[in-house]
This record gives sequence, structure tokens and C-alpha cells, in this order.
Amino acid sequence: MEDIIVRYVTRIILPFVQLYGLYVVLHGHLSPGGGFSGGAIIGASMILYALAFNLSAGSKKLSHDVSSALESGGALLFAGMGIFAILLGTNFLGNKVAGIPIGTPGNLFSSGAIMIITFGVGVKVASTMITLFYSLIEGEDHSHDHD
Amino acid sequence: MMRKLLVFIFLAVIAVALVATVLEMPPIGDPMNITNNEVPQRYLEDSLQETGALNVIASIITDYRAFDTLGEATVLFVAIAAAISNLKAH
Repeated sequence: MEDIIVRYVTRIILPFVQLYGLYVVLHGHLSPGGGFSGGAIIGASMILYALAFNLSAGSKKLSHDVSSALESGGALLFAGMGIFAILLGTNFLGNKVAGIPIGTPGNLFSSGAIMIITFGVGVKVASTMITLFYSLIEGEDHSHDHD
Repeated sequence: MMRKLLVFIFLAVIAVALVATVLEMPPIGDPMNITNNEVPQRYLEDSLQETGALNVIASIITDYRAFDTLGEATVLFVAIAAAISNLKAH
């Protein structure tokens, strides 16, 4: 689809959408939001890019393999923090009890495992949305190819 | 006709059960509700010291109940894996 208005508006709005999504993810322990909502914003920005331009341009920015790897990586980061707490000698997913430094409450880098887990969930949700969108669109393309 | 009557009776029984449940629910905002026990009190009072997060909701879902959130992420992961394996199959 060739639409100069959609493309131009997307080009202007996209950095702000992605910056806002990153802000919501990274400030998940300070302000309303968190991994799920911020990841949904980042994923929606990538979907907007792929819709306004085309699928191959979107795939060039973030390929299918990379988004699949990010998706598994986000989940593994979450579970890895749990295993890390076990290695430190406490329960699965322990935070302060495991001795992870929680820093000064209110700082960006504070609250120990919460920030890392929120980041992992954000990466996972964003790449899930992108992967599902690409898979649905590509599935349609493949059916046309087979016909 | 008989089938429609049976469906109607079945739905009426479910409706009566649901309405009875709603009528038995404690009033919203009553400080004497059984949900206002020591658990939310502890979350609100001690979460800043125990987790260092200003956002109490974040401290609940990613620290106190992080295992539940891990399950949630697993559901998402399994759902996307099933969707991709179905879409890529043909």
C-alpha cells in the first residue's frame, strides 16, 4: 500500500512511540506500567512500521530469527533471575533476601531483580507481538505463493 | 422444542446460582471485608523496604508473586510457539 500521509506520519511518530515504550519498560518499578504494557507499546510501534512501509522493510529492521531469539531470551532472562537467586542460596526468584542490591528507592537502577525481570518481560512481549504479526502476514504470503 | 426448554432450564439454574453468589458477596469498600487482611497491608507498608520499588504493583507482580508472572510469561510463550508451529506447518 502506497500512502504518503501514513508513511510520513509514521516516520515522525515512530521514534517517540518507541522511546515512550522503552520509558514505560525501564520505569516499571517507579511509575505505572511495566513489562507487559511497555512491551506492547514497542511491539505496536514495530507493527506500525511494517504496516506503513511493507513487510520486507520491517523484516530488514528486525528479522524473524532475531525476534524469535529475543522472545526466548526474555523468558530465559526471567527464569535465569530465578535460578540466580537459587545459586545465591535462597528461594526461586528471591530478590532482597537473595542479597541482590536494591539500591536507593526512586533511582532508575534500583529494586534489584524487579528491574531486570520487567526488562525481560518487556522484551518478550514486544517480540511476541512482532513474531505473531510477521507469522500471520507471512502465512498469507505463502498461501498465495502455493496457489 | 424439548431441547430449547432444556437449555432454558439449564441457563435459568446457572443464572440463579450466579445471582445468589453475587448477593452473597461482601459490599465493595467495606473496611471489614475479609480481603482486607494482613496481606495487602503488608504489601502497602513494607514493599518499599523489602523490594526497593516505588511502584507497589510492580513489586507484587515481579517480586512477591514473580512465580505467577513467570507462569504468565510461559503461557504467552507456549501460545506463540503453538501459533507459529501451526502457521508454518502448511
